[in-house]
Amino acid sequence: MTGEKAMVGNRGRGTKSDCYVELELKASGGIRLELKSKVKSLYGKAISKLAREIMSFFEVRDANLLIEDFGAVDFVLAARIEACVKKLINTDKEFLLPRLDTNAGSTERSAFRFSRLYLPGNSPKLMLNAGLHKPNGLILDLEDAVAPEKKHEARFVVRNALRNLDFYGAERMVRINQGEMGIEDLEYIVSQNANLILIPKSESADDVLAVDEAVRKLKAKNNSSQDIWLMPIIESAKGVINAYKIAAASKNISSVAIGLEDYTADLGTQRTSEGNESFFARSMVVNAARAAGVQPIDSVFSDVSDMEALARNVRKSKRLGFDGMGCIHPRQIKVIHENFAPSAMEIEKAKRIFLAFKEARANGLGVVSLGTKMIDAPVVKRAVNAITVAVNIGVLDKDWEMQAESQV
Amino acid sequence: MTKYDKLVTNAAGRVVPTIINGEEHIPFMGVGKYKPGGRKYGPKIASCADYPEDGNKVVPGLKEALVRSGLKDGMTISTHHHFRNGDLMANQVFDIAKELGIKDLRWFPSASFPCQEHLVQYLEDGTINRIEGSMNGPLGRFASLGKMKGVGVLRSHGGRYQAIQDGEVKIDIAVIAAPTADAFGNANGVNGSAACGLLGFALGDSQYADKVIVVTYNLVPFPAIPWQIHGNYVDYVVEVDKVGLPEKIISGTTQITKSPDRLLIAEITAGFCEKAGLIYDGFSYQAGAGGTALSIGNYFGDILRKNNWKAAFIRAGSNKYPVEMLEEGIVSYILDGQTFDLEGVRSMRENSNHVATSPFTSYNYHGKGNFASLIDIVVLGATEVDVNFNANVVSHSDGYLLHGIGGWQNTLFGKTTIMPIPLFRDRIPVIRDEVTTLCAPGEMIDVIVTERGIAINPLRTDLIEKTKSSGLPIKTIQELKAEAEAICGIPEKPDLGDEIIAVVKWVDGTVIDSVRRVIK
Repeated sequence: MTGEKAMVGNRGRGTKSDCYVELELKASGGIRLELKSKVKSLYGKAISKLAREIMSFFEVRDANLLIEDFGAVDFVLAARIEACVKKLINTDKEFLLPRLDTNAGSTERSAFRFSRLYLPGNSPKLMLNAGLHKPNGLILDLEDAVAPEKKHEARFVVRNALRNLDFYGAERMVRINQGEMGIEDLEYIVSQNANLILIPKSESADDVLAVDEAVRKLKAKNNSSQDIWLMPIIESAKGVINAYKIAAASKNISSVAIGLEDYTADLGTQRTSEGNESFFARSMVVNAARAAGVQPIDSVFSDVSDMEALARNVRKSKRLGFDGMGCIHPRQIKVIHENFAPSAMEIEKAKRIFLAFKEARANGLGVVSLGTKMIDAPVVKRAVNAITVAVNIGVLDKDWEMQAESQV
Repeated sequence: MTKYDKLVTNAAGRVVPTIINGEEHIPFMGVGKYKPGGRKYGPKIASCADYPEDGNKVVPGLKEALVRSGLKDGMTISTHHHFRNGDLMANQVFDIAKELGIKDLRWFPSASFPCQEHLVQYLEDGTINRIEGSMNGPLGRFASLGKMKGVGVLRSHGGRYQAIQDGEVKIDIAVIAAPTADAFGNANGVNGSAACGLLGFALGDSQYADKVIVVTYNLVPFPAIPWQIHGNYVDYVVEVDKVGLPEKIISGTTQITKSPDRLLIAEITAGFCEKAGLIYDGFSYQAGAGGTALSIGNYFGDILRKNNWKAAFIRAGSNKYPVEMLEEGIVSYILDGQTFDLEGVRSMRENSNHVATSPFTSYNYHGKGNFASLIDIVVLGATEVDVNFNANVVSHSDGYLLHGIGGWQNTLFGKTTIMPIPLFRDRIPVIRDEVTTLCAPGEMIDVIVTERGIAINPLRTDLIEKTKSSGLPIKTIQELKAEAEAICGIPEKPDLGDEIIAVVKWVDGTVIDSVRRVIK
């Protein structure tokens, strides 16, 4: 393989928190490392040390290695260098940095999924602070946000991010590619215990089962019993018609999402702000998800500058029965949370129902009533949900019950 | 002449020279400790008999004016930055000096900008000996590499006025670019198609310089009103085709940020101010020019509206955002030190509550008070802070001089100084064990707000108490530093030589730190 040259990463105007790497294998001469870095005076030694460590890990002894660095952190540098090595050398070895403790755990099937923020899988600069904006989930996207020729190198960035990026409590999600390529993506993801995998353009139960089976095998191989949830995305007319079969395909499915850009294209129409063209599909997905006992999740809203329109869209989505939606800009998160959240009036009502229910139970009463109204079990369940949500997003104090008592 | 001599360790623990460019300077003694003695500098007494009775001081061309002013080797020449990156004066002045074969000039600008990169050649060939003023961009890089003949001196806007007033810097010739002037030399910045706002930075120069040249493209009949610069101080008036490019006073930093991360910092900052009780009916704040500072102002506006409050005044750097607040009626006055866009210029011209100020009224430490200390909330940036809350605003962590001090040091005297800064920029952590260059002692800085948490100076027990159960992400500064280093790694020390290429003055004229040469 001597004389071959591989190139990986990003450079040029506006590149930040990233690097560009060129590797050329040689017959002799050792590792000749050329480092250009805007942080050279502060991190030059550390970068060189890491690069040489990776070379020796993959047993590359003679090569020219060029690194153009724009302030990439270690896990990004390591991903780029490894991707470069693997373009030239066949090996199963993986160069992994010590995993952050916070990236070890799994999540609940019914976790709140109001918001999930898409991050392009090959753009590390958007990753470092993404969790600070407090989305319920962060999606490292290997599909539409990554150019075809960058698919390979993006996998290493996503794999390393799942280990070493602080998600600040957000669910660690990955959107894989369609079909075979998506199945290959899983090898980089399942071993890192991603919390949830989004399956794009799901059209049938088989599409989902293929992923489900591949995940099962990889987990068995890794001796892992951690939950990895699946969120199929329905993005076509056929998918909408098969919505229930998709939603009910596996017990590992936590949610079903709809993707309206592709869906409207498939219908031969366009997305409008009124959304009449997608009313059927959205309702179908909501019904299918509810019937299968999973969360219905709405499409992203693509006008990132219009927060008013987003708010209207979220309220409509909530009225249709959705439990959450995607977002493509951090500023959308707050608007989504605020508008999916129960209103002040809903919270007050939920509190009254919950307290009446508790009191009835304490008094050994089988029937709960609030004023002259009887309260049945689903109403109580909905109230408990509303309260949990309100506490979760910080509009209701978690000690509200104690405060309510002390006010009496 | 040795560039510098007699190094001592000052009260901040920094090694500084006490002889700089052959003149004696006092090392920093602590905030408020140095007491000046003596009297202010007195400029020469002039007589009306030596000036034209018809009041016409117009001479043909800047070169003629400089020659008549007696331009010669070793003089101190001042220019000003009210056109910011649209200044045309400094380059012309030194082109003329070069043409006349003059050497060893001291350039004493109120600030320098990238448009003055042209002057690097004159620093190289000895036309200019040194810059005493901010060194931005290419000029900072040149100085940092130890190529400047003299030692640079960095002063705040207030410190510049103080240095002129105290006679520490004697200006031989001040060249003042004026959007409008009359033949007598009265001048202002609010009128004419090149209006840039105000000329406050040139006030001290007009009062104390030996010779004062006003350059304008808009010569109006006497009297040019308002007379921000009084013709009674002016020796010569020069008419030119172009005096400056007002569209360039708008720099990239005068828009509200769109960066979600910076907006988050702004939101946390405003939330802190609200929960700490710093915002109230009649409060005041310093509006900075950066995108983050501007969006903080926006959030302040929301808080004022929500409570039906009105701010007493905004100390600015004004642009369209404070102007909108003034016109909406949620703030009573803008006390303006410089305008950052043409909306600011228009407002200052039309609205008597939009007041032009100068470094004398707002910042001069050697006066009978200044209003910097009356401001409730001061929001400032920094290139670095350290675990003792000391801050740096002039150099980057790699040692290069890249920013001026501006009014930054002066506004530190506000009641609460808050620095909203990202915890790291392109891997470079902002919180260090020790700042590369000390520009402000930690006791002056109250709160550091980052996207990952807020650190309150332990000296501000009142703020700590007030925000204790606010739900705000309050952390210690060491915790924040550790958090950044967990993400970025621990940085090495930059490679700096022993040679001192510039010094930083504190607001009272004492030397607070030295800037060392960068080893490339």
